[in-house]
Amino acid sequence: MPRPSLFGLLLVAPALALVAALFLWPLGYSLMAAFTLNGEFSLAHFRKAFELYSTDIVFTLLIIGLSTLLIALLSIAIAGILTLSETGWLVAVLKQLYRWPLFIPFIVAGQCMRTFLAKNGMMNNTLVSLGVLDPSMTTSFLDWRGIVITFVWKQAPFVILMLAGAMASIDRSTIEAGRNLGASRLRCLIEIVLPQVGQTLLVALVLSFVTMLSVLSVPMMVAGSQPTMLTVDMAFRINAYGDYPTANALGVVSYGITAIVAWVYLRHNLRQHEAQAR
Amino acid sequence: MTAARALPATLAKIGALALFAFAIFGPLTNLALWSVAERWYTPFKLPVTYGLRYWEVVFRPTGDAMASLMTSVWIALLTVAVSLALAIPAGYALARLKLPLRAAIMILFLLPQAFPSVAIYINVAKLFYQIGLTGTVAGVVLVHAAHGLVYSVWIAAAAFAAVDRDLELAARNMGASPLRTFFTITLPLALPGIIASAIFVFLESLDEFTGTFFVGVPQVSTLPLLLYNASMGGNYQIASITALILLVPSVLFMLFVERFLRADVLSKVGH
Repeated sequence: MPRPSLFGLLLVAPALALVAALFLWPLGYSLMAAFTLNGEFSLAHFRKAFELYSTDIVFTLLIIGLSTLLIALLSIAIAGILTLSETGWLVAVLKQLYRWPLFIPFIVAGQCMRTFLAKNGMMNNTLVSLGVLDPSMTTSFLDWRGIVITFVWKQAPFVILMLAGAMASIDRSTIEAGRNLGASRLRCLIEIVLPQVGQTLLVALVLSFVTMLSVLSVPMMVAGSQPTMLTVDMAFRINAYGDYPTANALGVVSYGITAIVAWVYLRHNLRQHEAQAR
Repeated sequence: MTAARALPATLAKIGALALFAFAIFGPLTNLALWSVAERWYTPFKLPVTYGLRYWEVVFRPTGDAMASLMTSVWIALLTVAVSLALAIPAGYALARLKLPLRAAIMILFLLPQAFPSVAIYINVAKLFYQIGLTGTVAGVVLVHAAHGLVYSVWIAAAAFAAVDRDLELAARNMGASPLRTFFTITLPLALPGIIASAIFVFLESLDEFTGTFFVGVPQVSTLPLLLYNASMGGNYQIASITALILLVPSVLFMLFVERFLRADVLSKVGH
């Protein structure tokens, strides 16, 4: 093993400087702006933020929580079919289908859904044409439901990709053993496959959760009205009032939400390590 | 299973697949229809008149859209250049040299991606305003490069780590200088992974909305900003065509991603 390398640090320094200038500095600034008033420590900006936007904070948590839950269920179902199905053509077609939204930008997904989910959009039109829905019963989905649908549409492929990859690499013989003992495929999925890929599922869901928390374009494009998500409120405070303190207080709230998720992840990780050590 | 029982099961599977396909492709089809709809209004389920009039508007050499496309591609290329200039030395050091706090350095590159970005960008915009970087291409490039650094550095580090050390040692034994070894052995062998990271960074920059929204306005207009403004202004045709332009590289990448990133490099990402 060579000694700690000064040359190595020199090579990393420019990249680190960029992160320091464009991430650490603004992060420190946002904390300072949120917690000080006239140069002294104060929680006044948080009081204002909660007074004006407590509904939106709850709304943001509910939207992203619900989206994460739906993404988890859908991903388990589809990755499960990809791993356990015995119908070859079904797996082949599904594999080609599910990945399409993977690299589609959020803003493009937002524009797609803005037309697809509208009162006169393709979703309602198709349902009416098929006779599932009466024309008088159609409603626009461009509200919280639209945001959830867009998030699930965009993020589920990523979680499925990771989960199906993890499921493909587990020991097939455990599944075969379960099947031979007469367990149904659903039971195999829940009791044999899922426990072995829990870690991957958690990582993918945490990444999705934080990604959705940062998205500005989807809530702006898919649901214009109140209540809305914290990202939109922050942009509004800045663009309409130049109100940095309140915007930064909302920013700190979003850091807090991220911290809770990171804590859940780390705690789970720690327990896993302890279980392995035993 | 008998044929009589297999048929309903097969039909159910086909039905479920059709529903799934509609959920995936319905929104994309709706987008494509809007791009060729010259007139489309309630209660018509399909466009009233079709045509390529708006495509002509978008691709008119003097139009806003062409200018935005050029700006977007130019910014993405500069972002790739900046990220590679930073990531190749950093990735090499992380893969080959002994660094103090190596794990912490790796995490630091991840943080700009893992943090709620809006709260960061509003303060970057304020900083840039003080030093005259808001509304400039250079400002937007810096923001995009910082955001993409996790891909470029992590993948470059993985690509360098996957290079066989014996080959480097052989070159050194035959008298090649360290620099020559790097440029004739290490870099060419790591190149596929580095190209993959460059494509990642290029796409991230091309699609980036939030940072440009805060830092680039009002002078720098990229395709995502054009899309947003057209859509909010109710001009669905222009918005849809812009969205389709942004879709092409994303879908191509989705189809070919596995060729760019080999498994031996992928397995080392983040280590």
